[in-house]
Amino acid sequence: MITAGIDMGAKNIRVLILKDGEVIARAEHTAGFETEESARAAFAKALEQAGVTEDRIDKIVATGAGRESAPLATESVTDVGAAARGAKEVLPQAHTIIDVGAEEGRAIKTDGNGKVMDFAVNEKCAAGAGSFTEAMSRALEVPLEEFGTLSLKSTTSTPMNAQCAVFAESEVVSLLHAKTPKKDIARAVHDAIADRIISMVRRVGIEPEVALIGAVSRNPGFVDSLKRGLERDVFIPDDAEYIGALGAALVAVDG
Amino acid sequence: MKANYGYMDGSGEYYITIDTDHCIECAHHGCLDGCPKGMFEIITDDYDDEVAQIKEEFRKKIKYDCADCKPVKDRPPLPCQEACTPGAIEHSW
Repeated sequence: MITAGIDMGAKNIRVLILKDGEVIARAEHTAGFETEESARAAFAKALEQAGVTEDRIDKIVATGAGRESAPLATESVTDVGAAARGAKEVLPQAHTIIDVGAEEGRAIKTDGNGKVMDFAVNEKCAAGAGSFTEAMSRALEVPLEEFGTLSLKSTTSTPMNAQCAVFAESEVVSLLHAKTPKKDIARAVHDAIADRIISMVRRVGIEPEVALIGAVSRNPGFVDSLKRGLERDVFIPDDAEYIGALGAALVAVDG
Repeated sequence: MKANYGYMDGSGEYYITIDTDHCIECAHHGCLDGCPKGMFEIITDDYDDEVAQIKEEFRKKIKYDCADCKPVKDRPPLPCQEACTPGAIEHSW
């Protein structure tokens, strides 16, 4: 059986194809303004990688913020449901799942079977999502790819008082004027995001094993801040940004 | 499942928690008419259960939409909680 999951994220669209439970392709495309076209482009890339044609796909399930507008998909599953299903497959021991994407953060608690028991989504605040790091790296004039590693060089905790992305940007400028090293500001930014996420995670409850998924898991500065804030290790699966698409493809298998 | 809909911002945490385990056995769906703003809807969730949720368009502004039911002084019981006979609805603020 060949199934596909399409994760229609706010910033990127990811497609993952499974054949008899094994991942045979994964591809992504920037969502942009024409999300349907972007989804088709990502899907075409994945098909090419898998070496199969569209008619060979038995079932396609969509997830993500734009799941209702996903082309080709015949069913959809919520972001929370897909994240829980995908995480259960790759890290079954983790019952607290933190999913941080470009524009939303999610905290999910699951039971031993991967069923969602409790979840919270930060629907509004950009200061608890990946777009915040982008804005702050621009303010600091540091490439986004270097922003996380820069923060790891800091050993100083600098409090960031602003509670929203807009005011935080002016606070970053003030810190720069005060000659605060960029590495310390970078750490302050990641600590601020982690604080927001952790506050949400505490709402659903923290289980001993915690998994971090979503594209922001590739940011080592955020991961470090999260571990320090949670005072525990955090498991990050391979291809953590594809766990939502994996979950959707698995939901297609589950029927 | 406890589903938390809402957000946190600089002024606090604003979540409406719906314990959907209670929704599963509820045929009454009092929440639909109980909320003066009509913030609730019944959907089929990922586990094929009929449960209540907060409509998408209200989730980013529940603090303001719920404000009419939450006067600072002499706050009456919340109509959504009164209408929900299984007691599935909680507010965080």
